[in-house]
Formats: sequence, C-alpha cells, structure tokens
Amino acid sequence: MTALASLSRRDLLKAGGTLVVSFAFSVTLPRDGAAQAAASAPDSGKPLDPTEVDSFLAIHADGTVTVYTSKPDVGQGLRIAMIQLVAEELGVPAGRISIVDGDTAVCPDQGGTGGSTGLTRGGTEIRQAAATARQALIALGASRLNRPAADLTISDGQVRPSAGGAGVGIGALVAGRRLGVKLDPKAPLAAPARYTVVGKPLLRPDVADKCTARHVYVHDVSVPGMLHARVIRPPAVGAKLTSVDESSLAGIPDVRVVRMNSFLAVVAKDEWAAVRAASALKATWSDWQGLPGHEGLDRYLRAGAIDRDQAVVNKGDAAAAMSGAVTKLSASYFWPNQSHASLGPSCAVADVRADGAATIWSASQGPTGLRTTLSKSFGLPADRMRVVFCEGSGSYGTNGGDYAAADAVLLSKTVGQPVRVQWSRQDELAWDPKGPQQMIDLRAGLDANGRIVAWDAEMWLPATRQGARPYLAAEAAGIAQENGSNGGLLSQNADPPYAADNVRVLVHNVKDTPLVISNLRAPGKIANVFAAESFADEIAASLKVDPVAFRLSRLGDPRAIEALTRASQAFDWQPRTAPNPQAKQGSLLVGRGVAYMRYKQAENYVAMAMEVAVEPATGNVTVRRVVCAHDCGLVVNPDGLRNQIEGCIVQTLSRTLHEEVTFNRSRVTSVDWASYPVLRFPEAPAVDVVLIDRPAEPFMGAGEAATAPVAAALGNAIFDATGVRLRTAPFTPERVKLALAGR
Amino acid sequence: MARYTFRLNGRLVSVESWDPEQPLLYVLRGSQGLHGPKFGCGLGQCGACTVLIDRQATRSCTLSLSRAAGRDITTLEGLGTIERPSRVQAAFIAEQAAQCGYCTNGMIIAATALLSRTPKPTVDQVKQNLAGNLCRCGTHTRIVRAVMRASQV
Repeated sequence: MTALASLSRRDLLKAGGTLVVSFAFSVTLPRDGAAQAAASAPDSGKPLDPTEVDSFLAIHADGTVTVYTSKPDVGQGLRIAMIQLVAEELGVPAGRISIVDGDTAVCPDQGGTGGSTGLTRGGTEIRQAAATARQALIALGASRLNRPAADLTISDGQVRPSAGGAGVGIGALVAGRRLGVKLDPKAPLAAPARYTVVGKPLLRPDVADKCTARHVYVHDVSVPGMLHARVIRPPAVGAKLTSVDESSLAGIPDVRVVRMNSFLAVVAKDEWAAVRAASALKATWSDWQGLPGHEGLDRYLRAGAIDRDQAVVNKGDAAAAMSGAVTKLSASYFWPNQSHASLGPSCAVADVRADGAATIWSASQGPTGLRTTLSKSFGLPADRMRVVFCEGSGSYGTNGGDYAAADAVLLSKTVGQPVRVQWSRQDELAWDPKGPQQMIDLRAGLDANGRIVAWDAEMWLPATRQGARPYLAAEAAGIAQENGSNGGLLSQNADPPYAADNVRVLVHNVKDTPLVISNLRAPGKIANVFAAESFADEIAASLKVDPVAFRLSRLGDPRAIEALTRASQAFDWQPRTAPNPQAKQGSLLVGRGVAYMRYKQAENYVAMAMEVAVEPATGNVTVRRVVCAHDCGLVVNPDGLRNQIEGCIVQTLSRTLHEEVTFNRSRVTSVDWASYPVLRFPEAPAVDVVLIDRPAEPFMGAGEAATAPVAAALGNAIFDATGVRLRTAPFTPERVKLALAGR
Repeated sequence: MARYTFRLNGRLVSVESWDPEQPLLYVLRGSQGLHGPKFGCGLGQCGACTVLIDRQATRSCTLSLSRAAGRDITTLEGLGTIERPSRVQAAFIAEQAAQCGYCTNGMIIAATALLSRTPKPTVDQVKQNLAGNLCRCGTHTRIVRAVMRASQV
C-alpha cells in the first residue's frame, strides 16, 4: 500500500499495529525504528497541489483508501467525519478508509485546524476530490467492463453495473498508479436522500485505540539518539538570565546545560534526570515587574493606548436613535484571560540535522504554518523541513505546543541530536499564550413599544499585530523573529441576532496586552455572546417579557426560530416575566435561563437553556441540566457531533464558573490545578442535545459554536434564581456572594 | 545503581535507577515502553498517570520507585487489548467516551478500581469517585455513562 504514497507515519503505525498484535503488553507503536523510518521516508512524488485529486486521496491496490489533510484531528472527531464523506462519494466502506492528518510531507495545505473550518473547508475539498475520483473510477470501470459509464455505479469498493452483475474492485482498476486527474469542482455529489454513510453515528477510529493505550501521542514519540530536555523559564516574564551555577547539577547523570542569552535548558539521556536537573539548576535572573496584575485588567483595557478604532457593524445611526429612545439601558461585561489548560503539558520532538534538514513531531493545530514560522525563526530551509502532526492533549486553539516545537528545534539544532521537550504543568499554565481579556460595554435604546431602536456595543480588545507570534525560545535566545499578536476573530457576535433598527459595534483595539494572547476555542465569541445575550435578557426583564418570548418575537430567520423553539420545548420552559417567584428550595435558589446565537452571525444556530441552583450562603453555583438545540446544517456524524456539543458546553461551564488566569507584577500565578481550577465530575450537569439535521443544507463546523451561549444562559439562569445579574466571569463563589450581598 | 523489582501487568520486572525518588511514571513510560499512563501534572492533581497498585487507583507521577518496589502494578495496557478489551474499556468504546483521550487512561483505571470495590455504583458515587480525575475536553457526561454501562454488564 505504500507504493503510491511515501511512507507516512500512520502507514507505519498501521503496519506496526498489525505486526505486534500478539504482544499484548509490548509497545505497539513506533519506538525507535518506525518513527525514525517515518522521518527518513523519501517523498515518492505524491502531489501536494490542491488542484490534484491525488493530493487528497490514494487508492491502493488492495482497495483501501488513504485520505490526506493538513487539518489535524485534535480530539474533535474530524477524521471519522472526513472518512464518512469520502466513503459516501467513493462507494467504499468506511472501514477501508484511513486518514493521514497534518504531515507536511504528504498532506496538501488546507490550512490548519481552527475556526470550525475542519469540515467546512477541509471536508468540502476532500468530498469534491472523492466525487472527482468517483468519476475517474467509473470511467476506468467503463473501459474495463466494456459498458457505458452511465450504466455503472460504485458500491462496496467495486465499480459495477447499476442493474447488477459482475464488477471490478477499485484497487484493481487503479492498480497501484495515481489517478492523475484534476479536482473537478463540478463533479456531482451523492444525493443526500440516498446517503448510506453520512449521517450515521460511526465510531471514531481513535477512541478504541485511546481506550487501550494504542493511540500514539506526541508525548509517546521516540527516535534513536533522542535526548530529553526541559527548558527553564524565567521567574518573571521579562527577566534576563544573569548567571548559572552548573555545579548544582552534581549527582544527576548524563545531563548538560544549554544556555543562549536568556534561553536556559537542561538536556539529558534520561527523562527523569532532565526533570530533576531543571528543578535543581541554580540560576539567577534580573528583577522584572512589568505586568499590571490581573485585578487591574479591566482598567488596563479602558485606559490602554488605542492602536485603532473600528466599527465592525454600523447599521443606521445608533447614536441618533439612542438619543431619541424612550428607554435606555446600559451594562458592562468583562471576560478574563483564560488558559487553554491542556491536560497534558505541551511536548514536541525535533531532529535537526547538520545540513538543516529537520523533522518535527508536534501536536500543533497548524503543522504547515508551524513549518513556515520555524523555518523563518531558526533559519532552516522550509523545503527540507517536515512537520509530522502527532496528537497531543486537547489544545482548543494555540496552546504551548508551537512554543514547545520551537524549544525542541533550537535545542536539537544546538546539541546536534534529536531532542524531546516536554513542558511542566506549571509552565503550561503560566506560559501558554492566553485567551484574550475582553471588556464590552452595551447600550440599548427602546421605543415606547419595546422595540430596540438602538444597539450600541463598544469593546476593548488586544489589537492584532501582523506577523507570527514570537517563540519564547527565540526571544530568550536573542534570535530576531516576527513579532505578531493574534487572538483570532474576536469582535464577532456582539450585535444582536434580534430585530434592531440601528446597530453599531465599535472595537477599540488596545495596543498592548500584558500576557501574550492566542486563539482559544471560539475566540471572542464566548465573551461577546455572554454580553449580548445577558443584555438581551436585561432588556426583556426591563420590559417584563418572558426571555424566550422576547427573543422569538424579534427573530425572523426560521432556522433561528426553530432552534430556540426546540430548545425551550425540550427544556419544558415555563414562561415568566420576572425572576422566579418560587426560587427558594431549602438553602438553595433555583432558576433557569436561556440564550441564543448564530455563530459568527453566519454559521450554526444554537439555543440553550439551563437550570441552576445557587447557594447564597456559599456562593456555589450548580448547573443541574442543560438543553441545547443545535443546527449546523447537514449532520455528518451525529454521535461525533453530540460529543463535540457536550464538550463545548461542559468546557465552557468550566470557563464561566472557575477559570481566570491570575498574575502579579512579575508572573502568572495560576500555575496548577489548585490555582487554575477546572470543572470536576460532581459539577458536571446532565446535557440534553437536540440535533436539527438539515440534509439539504451545507454542513458547518461544530467545534466551537455551542460554547458561545453557555455563559449567558448561565448568567441568565442565576438572574432568574436570585434577581442578581453577573457581568464578570468567572462566576466564582466569592463573586456570587459579593453580588448577592450587594443586591 | 539500586534495583527495584515489581510485578507489571502480570510479569516480574526489575529496573535500575540512580534515584530512589524517581516516580514510577517515568519508568513505565521510559524503560518499560508503556503509553497508557500519561504525564499530566507531576503533582498528583489530575489523574492522567493513574495505575492500579494492588488494585487501588494510584498516581504514578508521585509514587517513588522505592515505594513501588514489591507491588503489583497494572496499567491500561494490562487491562485489555483492542481485541479483548476489559468491560470498562469496552464500555468507554461503546459510549465513545473520549475526545482528546489524554485523561482516558486515568478514567478507565479509576473506574476499574471503583467497580472492583463497588460493583453497582450510583451516578453520584461515580461522579464523587472520579472527582480527582480531570477532563479538559468536557467529556464528563459520557465518561459517567460509560462507567454506569460497565457496571451493568
């Protein structure tokens, strides 16, 4: 099966897995040999050009198919969805299709994983490639079977007469060659009404492996001659290294210190020796106190120098309409820095050769972009670099993984051997680039009938700076590099999805950011919807209108109306026009809230209702149940989709209830699971997901959308229970108690 | 260098280490080539490194080799295989109770220990028992379902 494509990691893994099945307790995957072989595998000429079908698909002589995509599956279930799309178009059973994601040597560039584009971009292209391949296979079959193409179909991996009769396997038709056809953007797609694979809850191929320790994470990669490294970060963000006392490592075997300006690392043969050395090494650093402290972050944002102002939505004249409004409301909302908080600290392996050729194993969500930036930063030839994606702990955006890859590259280049770098728990929480701080002021003007005549949103965000985010390693080592800053598309969804005559969303792009920021799942949208949908609730309360009724009467899009209706029905929503008059249940106050949004105002429709119990004595908030109605168009794999939606909801409850990066004047102080708590099992609510499947509509990505209404639905439920509005996340017990005391 | 002997997934293993304080996890992942137990925090806070020691769920990231010596250790690899998964593994697969899967090792090990003590736990008992195992992807509801499913086999 490797005759067509160059040996990929997964081909090897697959071979490895088959070979060692009988050794139940031995290492099933590429210790040494296989991973190294993957590194040295020559490119056999497999095309990467996205206009070629062969770039995306290889049909092997045994009838199996390999799909290639640069969009990695980072635990969200993208692989099975892509496999199902290909299976449907090609008429090949899903079990015969495997996928290689994020190997720059063999995968065409479809961009990285992010922005919920895995299926919308990645899947759409691959489906079209499969549809094109289908045409080509039918043409091959027509000449082989001597029948008109119009009489043929493909099923079970065979091109055969639609009317029945003997067929020929696609593997035999292709016979180890490439298809050699251009991707046809007009190749007809299978009709949704006749889908047999798309829409089915097929099992993800990785889950069984993950449950039986067969899945290979980047943390498991090992290559011959590999050394283990730990990087010693400064005790203050901008501190410089002044001295190192290597004698402090006496007694730790086979360890050496690597120092370049303020880049400090230990490299050892034995991983534990590296860990011990990193904590034992005595180093002195300059004093540095350049951070504002997290408690002043809201003031920091408001007072910050502005890079530029930008009206991202400007409909009508919000200011004029506001001045003429009968009723005016205003409120401010704040969202703190949050960590990706990956459960496993970032890890990478790099093998940089003397001639500049390099292989990097990384869990990066963007292997192609990583290659480009590593090449520029470390002066390596991009065309001789290969980044091999290997799944890591869930990243939910750009966590510390790209930084770890840079650490490994710099160290491997310096010591001349392959180097594996794994971060510590403390470094992951301290140094991963953070989800951005956001401040949102909202004002609304209503006429005498309660119509929204003006909606004015002003937000303060860290500005985007062009260029790649600088690597910690290069920065510390004094290597010149780009100095970009980017947290993703942060300004969407602050305008209401409801009828409003005049709307403005004004973004103040604040020049500086205390902590480095990056894209964290649903960038910006969680905070913006928290603000907009809490504020919608505030308007409804001021009008004494039930929150669901308020929304339904101001929505026009039938899909929006259906999502909200289905959610409220599944929740058994009981309308009321003021906070719950029967909130008290023993020592608890109980209420329910709702939120709705359309992701990016252009993608998924998500409506969510939840029930909470608030304990005024402690400030504890317990979410009892969540109902979510979700419309992302065509559902490719309903179980994979539910898994994503459940995860979106529970993870965002964690972010809303618990998570805030704390920092003093020098450093991040939330550096373990005690100081950066995340949601635990006893707090996990029942989640009921209502899928609205629309086979005739295009599919949209679902890795983020259901995160966006969570905070607002929770805040609105707390309002219903207590009559008190929370406008600052996280809703910690202390903050809830304070808010209740101030009522 | 001192030698430490223990039983690992049913066979007797003897390892050398220069440091009696070396946590078991590094030996399991290093010389023993196992990938089930994962490094998550090194602080005993998250549960990704959990193994069974004498049938108790134990954090291998904070258990020194000297204390592991002489014990009977089972890792995820020792519970079952993809062809013959244990009932807990099979239930996790059936419920598709993983996203990134980095916590899955600890969840399956902790659930296995729970079910060996409490074969028919309530949902609340499962949640309380897993309270020290963190999942960042938010797969909690499925994990609870998987443990309940395993308890009903």
